[in-house]
Parts: sequence; C-alpha cells; structure tokens
Amino acid sequence: MISKAIKQGLTFAVVMAFLVGCSNSDSKKKPVVAPAPTPVAVAEPAPVVAAPIASVVYFEFDKYDLTPESRAILLAHAEKLKGSSMSVRLEGHADERGSREYNMALGEKRANAVRDFLVLQGVKSASLESVSYGEERPVATGHEDSSWSQNRRVEVKY
Amino acid sequence: MKRFLLLSIFFVTGFVQAQLTNITITHGVDNPTRIAIVPFNYVGPALSEDIPEIIRNDLNFSGQFESIPVDKMISYPKNEAEIHYRDWKMINAEFLLIGDITQQAGRYFANFELFDVVQQKRVLSRSVPLEGAETQLRDIAHRISDKTYETITGIRGIFSTKIIYVEAFQKPARWRLMLSDVDGARSRSLLDSKRIILSPVWSPDGTRVAYVSYEADDRPALFVQNISTGQRQQVTNFRGLNGAPAWSPDSRNLAMVLSKDGNPEIYTLNLASMAFSRVTNHFAIDTEPSWTTDGMGIFFTSNRGVKPQIYKVTLASGQTERVTFDGEYNARGRVSPDGKSLVMVHQRDGGYLIAALDIKSGNLRILTETSYDESPTIAPNGAMLMYATSFGNKGILAAVSLDARTKVRLPSKQGDVREPAWSPFF
Repeated sequence: MISKAIKQGLTFAVVMAFLVGCSNSDSKKKPVVAPAPTPVAVAEPAPVVAAPIASVVYFEFDKYDLTPESRAILLAHAEKLKGSSMSVRLEGHADERGSREYNMALGEKRANAVRDFLVLQGVKSASLESVSYGEERPVATGHEDSSWSQNRRVEVKY
Repeated sequence: MKRFLLLSIFFVTGFVQAQLTNITITHGVDNPTRIAIVPFNYVGPALSEDIPEIIRNDLNFSGQFESIPVDKMISYPKNEAEIHYRDWKMINAEFLLIGDITQQAGRYFANFELFDVVQQKRVLSRSVPLEGAETQLRDIAHRISDKTYETITGIRGIFSTKIIYVEAFQKPARWRLMLSDVDGARSRSLLDSKRIILSPVWSPDGTRVAYVSYEADDRPALFVQNISTGQRQQVTNFRGLNGAPAWSPDSRNLAMVLSKDGNPEIYTLNLASMAFSRVTNHFAIDTEPSWTTDGMGIFFTSNRGVKPQIYKVTLASGQTERVTFDGEYNARGRVSPDGKSLVMVHQRDGGYLIAALDIKSGNLRILTETSYDESPTIAPNGAMLMYATSFGNKGILAAVSLDARTKVRLPSKQGDVREPAWSPFF
C-alpha cells in the first residue's frame, strides 16, 4: 500500500518533469498557456501556481489506446480530480478519413479510454462524461497528415 | 403587356441556363441512347418551368441517354402526323418525345407521346394527361421522364423520387437537414440547427426521416421526423452514442448504435412499443447497422478483427459472419433493393472510395475514383447510387450507376453537402 503510494507520487513527479520538459519543444502541437507576466513591486513572495496541464491527448489513426505521453498528461488530471467535486466532459474526435458513424464510434472509444484510465487512477466515474463528435468538429481543416493528427483527439473539459 | 411578356421570356431563358449547368456528366456510357425531346406545344403566359428541358436533364442524369439539343432539330412536330422520321434519322435520334401543355383554371395538363425513330412507330402515349398546379410542373416533367426511361430501358425511373441530405456551414457553425428533388432542385430545409446533424435515413414507407441531432445539450440523440408535417419525436436519450439509425424494411423498427451499456453496440427499437433489444455484444466497435432486404438480419461495421470490416448478424439466432475480406477498411454497408449487392466505403491506396460487393460471389467492384467518397445511398430502382464527395474543396453529391459506367456530379450548394439519403418510390 505504502509502496503503491510512493510509486504513484513518483510517477506524478516524473510526469510533471516530463510535461515541463516538453512544453517548449512540443509547444506547437500541445499549446501550453504562457506564464503570466511577473508582477512588479511585490512585497511578499509570488504565490506558487501549479503548472498548467495539457487539456488534449492525441491518438493514432483508427486507434484508441493511450500513448505514454497521453498517460502522463492524464495522470496529472487524475491528481487534480481525485477527491474533488469537479465534473469533466471528455470530448472524443476523429479525423475525416473513413465513414462518419464509424468515426463517431472511434471518438467515443477514445473518450472512454481516457475515462477508464482516470477511473483506474481513482477518479469517480460519475464525475466523467464521454461525448463523441466524430469527425464533425475538426480543429484543423486541411486534408493531410498534419491536420489529421491534430484532429484525432480527446479534449478534457472542466 | 408587351413588357411583361419580355420579362417572362428573360426569366425563362435565365432559368434554362441555370438548368444547363445543373448536372455535370463526368462519365457516360460509350453509346448513350440519343433522344430528341421536342419543345412542347403550349399557348399562354410563360411557364415557370421548362418541362422539356427538365426531361432532358433527367435523362442525361441517368447517364444512359444523350438528349439532342433543340437547335439541332429540323422540325418541331406537334402530333404524329407532323413527324417526318427522316428529319430525326438525319440527326441520329433513336427516340423522339413530343408533347403539349394546356392550362385551365390554374391547372396544367400535359400530354406526351414517345416514338421509336428506327422502327418508325409510337411506343408510348398518354391517354389521360398528367395534371397539376403550377408548382407541380416539375413533378409533371419528372413523371414524363420516368415513363420515357421505363419504356426504353425496361427499368422503373427514379426521377420523381427525392433525396434528403445534410448541408453544413462554418463560421458560424450551422447544420441543415435538406429535402430536394433527386436532381437537387426545389431544396427546402427540414431542420436548421446550430448543432451537429448527421446520418439521415428515409423510412421505406417514404413518410419519415430518422437522424442524429446534437441539439439537446450538445449530446447526440436520435429523432424521427414526419416529412410532410414536420412533426418529430426524440426516440433515444442515452449516455454516450445515439447514432447510425437504420429502418427495418417494414418501417416498424429502427436499428442503431448505442453505447449505454459501455461500448458501441447494435440495438433495435420497436417504434410502436418503444422496446429496445440488444443485437451485438463485443468489446470492439459495432456500428452502422443496415437491414437485409428480408428484414431477418443486419449488416454492420465492426473492428472486432482489428480493422473495420462488414459483418452480418442473423437476428433470430444471433449468428454473426464476416462479409467483407477485400482490403483493410470496409464500412457503412447498404444493400441493393434486389439484395444481391452491398455498397460500402472501401479504402484503397490511401483513398476512400465507394465499392460494391457481389454478396454471393464475394467479388468487389470499385465504383468511384476520388479520395474522400462516402455515405453511399442506393436508388430504389437499384440502377444508381448517390454518394458524398468533394469537389473544389467543397462537399458535394455525386451519382454513379451500379455498373460504374456512368457518373454525374450534382450542382454545388451553398454549404458543404454530405450524407445523401435516397427516398423510396412514392
């Protein structure tokens, strides 16, 4: 039990380090909110602000298994959600290739993969809702790999 | 009065030009049947529709006909006595259609006769004229097209059928469920929404349309709407997927995909009792149901074999068999009215095309050749299918004959047009 807690704590630390490390190199794909400008003439020390967590995880074509990178992001969300009363909408999406209703199911499977992972980390399933939009709401409208990879996603919406 | 007449003529001419750009034949048969549709005899104020031109477009749309332009015609016979077959042989017409329109108290009456130029005889005459109000002139034209097509080919014409499709707009996002003639004319909106609309399907009895709408809290729900009255009913409201509606052949049941039990599975709903029955049970995706023509089974898409393929389940036994084996992606099957072919979205060389499977032999024929073809819907006569494709970076509808010999593009609309659903015969 103790070892599990330590393990999880360690995983979380690794994840956060990983996220911070990633934020510069991969900023195009996974936008990270820019830090607020440092306020001038502060008498007290600046409050510690938690690093923002990426709100989107991405998938391979016709797949709904979570990549190691997605798991890392979702672990951070799990930490935030555990024991809180926040409810979250998990919005699953697909790229434009293939049939629309199959893509709708794919978006649902992706959202549910995220949900199941969060539940496994101790988040209450009642606070999570999966909704699929299939290929109907692309973030990138091009017809090539770079657009498709941005559209195959689950958005974690608080 | 003179001014009014001139204006009317201008109006009619403008309309005719619009009609000429209506349908683009991208690939026709090698030897289409050449037919001359003579301007109809009519005396009176200009009509709002050019009936012979609509018939020409209809027959061209089938891909099996080539209508002869009016300016190539040597004479405009009004009746059989005025026909000189040599005039028509000279311009290689194989068939000749003549007709007249009369107007009485706001009603229009159309008579028509079809002649075989080679055999020099009348093959079709209408003893009772087609009748309708001015708003029904297009219906009259489509009826004449149907009769002409059927007389010459032996196959029932589909020109009086309709289509329903989805039209999508961006910035601001908006979806419309549209109803139109099969040639795209006379379109009107059945539903206008700021939320997603998808997967419309026409009930086999022709009275209703089932579709998915996200209008309630931006979550999917299935609706059934009466087409003539507009009255509609929300039939599902489950957590997760509520999608891919498909009517049973008797219009009494809807098959659909729901994920209420945790995973996308096929269910059927009896619309009278509102009772749901679960059909599939597998941890993979099961979706896109489509009933067999006898109503005893359901084709569906599943990735239970890792890649999406089409399977068939027999409803009484639950026995499931795989139907498609050719290629790595086959989805959204639709059965032809004779039950012999299954059309689907098929991936080949990275592109998504429409293919037809001969169910008995397992032979797969590729019907289209662009990259993002989807949502095939078969005409009630089984001779053609319509599908969604893109042209000029815009979603449009196109049609192809089931033997792949003829292809036509429908006119582009305002928004992105997708997901056509072909009506049954009325």
